[in-house]
Amino acid sequence: MSKFAYLSVLLGCLVGTAWLEFFLRTKVYRRAVRLILTILPVVVVFSIWDAYAIAQGHWTFDPRYVTGITTVANIPLDEILFFIVIPICAILSFEAVRSARNWEAGDEETK
Amino acid sequence: MTYTQLAVLGVSIAIILDLYVFKTKLLRRRVFWVSYSIVVFFQLVTNGILTGFGIVEYHGEAIIGSTTPQDEPPTFIGDGRLIYAPIEDLLFGFSLVVLSLIIWIWLGKKGIQREPMAGPPRKSVHRLLGIK
Repeated sequence: MSKFAYLSVLLGCLVGTAWLEFFLRTKVYRRAVRLILTILPVVVVFSIWDAYAIAQGHWTFDPRYVTGITTVANIPLDEILFFIVIPICAILSFEAVRSARNWEAGDEETK
Repeated sequence: MTYTQLAVLGVSIAIILDLYVFKTKLLRRRVFWVSYSIVVFFQLVTNGILTGFGIVEYHGEAIIGSTTPQDEPPTFIGDGRLIYAPIEDLLFGFSLVVLSLIIWIWLGKKGIQREPMAGPPRKSVHRLLGIK
């Protein structure tokens, strides 16, 4: 356990889902513009929530296990990365299920 | 507001955005519920690490359960917690995942990198996925 404990969990999430891009051809990272446009508003919204929760003392971070780098409104860098990594993992999982089962997801071309 | 209240509010907003604002209707789709079940399983595992080791600690005033104890893990199941994490985290995670998917699908519907669509899976994983 170290300053990189939190980051290691996030890295585990990225590594654990990366195979979907190759073996299920999720093509999520390949659609980088769409991915970035998705993540940006999510990071903004959840950072506001995080900032409020930190200010109110809803949750705290053990300084032994986070990088110690803080961004705006006392939000640890680790948390900002969480709001980037988790949406990527969620979208990869979603596109993987769609790839495997061919189910409609709502963004198909309407004929 | 407490974390409990905000978590319920977050889920409510996510549902309204999906069904009525963006009209992505993910919550009515099989692909969402199957992928969400997979995601929530891994959320419990990773969040169990974050909360069980006390990387993230919670204040009892903000959650249904009590404050994360010093120098020992919180309750595994019980005291408003599931696998060490406050049950509010499930609602938080739901909001985060649903909001991400709403925007992703909405952008695709608008034609922003709709292509290349996902799939098909490589032949090497067909057996793993039960594809004949």
